[in-house]
Amino acid sequence: MTVLFLILAALTLTGAAAAMTLRRLVHCALALTVAFAGLATLYLALDAQFAGLAQLLVYVGAIAILIVFAILLTPGSSEKDTPVGGSSSLVGVALALGTFAVIAWAVSKSKLGHPGLISAAPEATMQQIGTALIEHYVLPLEVIGLMLTAALIGAAILAMKESQTPR
Amino acid sequence: MTSLTAYLLVSALLFSIGLAGALTRRSAILVLAGVELMLNAANLNFIAFWRFGPHPEALTGLIFVVFSIAVAAAEAAVGLALIVAVYRQAKTSDVSEIVEMKG
Repeated sequence: MTVLFLILAALTLTGAAAAMTLRRLVHCALALTVAFAGLATLYLALDAQFAGLAQLLVYVGAIAILIVFAILLTPGSSEKDTPVGGSSSLVGVALALGTFAVIAWAVSKSKLGHPGLISAAPEATMQQIGTALIEHYVLPLEVIGLMLTAALIGAAILAMKESQTPR
Repeated sequence: MTSLTAYLLVSALLFSIGLAGALTRRSAILVLAGVELMLNAANLNFIAFWRFGPHPEALTGLIFVVFSIAVAAAEAAVGLALIVAVYRQAKTSDVSEIVEMKG
């Protein structure tokens, strides 16, 4: 556990907490982008270059922009404070805390971190990942391509104006 | 505390933050953001187990994360399109005000 890890983890968690607590939606989107970028750097710190760069491209590049678009396309919701209050939000926070307590208890009880398990940095070049995708994971790759196409067409149809459809 | 434990605890915290946000926020967009944070916490777990696991040369965790990112992208696109479509009908994206499904 290094200083770098502590800084990156603090950045990611602060960004995530800010995204879930700030009042204005645009600020939330910005904080969410910080959290996604922090996660990408955490992947890079774990020697997963491809996953880190994919995270940067997809989340920081695409999903953050998509969320900003959605905020700007739904005016009124971006200006209004969304204060959380009442018993339902207390229940939500209590559930989240309970979930964290259970996971942390399970992690601390497990024998995962014994020193023999920790190896040197594994080799995962782009070439190896590409070969694995083409040789072992061809079918999932094709399925994911089909699913992305279907999802994008579906999203476009959903967001289209409904002027032609009979009511 | 070893590195794997530290990463798992960060991931658990991230999941809890996402869960708390998804359960307590009123804006549908932020509920979706909370779900995205939970997905990302799972991805961090996959990467950490791949990095510190006994067989990192198999690349299984890494490939799973790549597919998971693709699925999350599709989910975000469809989810935000749904929110925009609902907003056009209900004139709000507040999940506590959208109480009927009739258009």
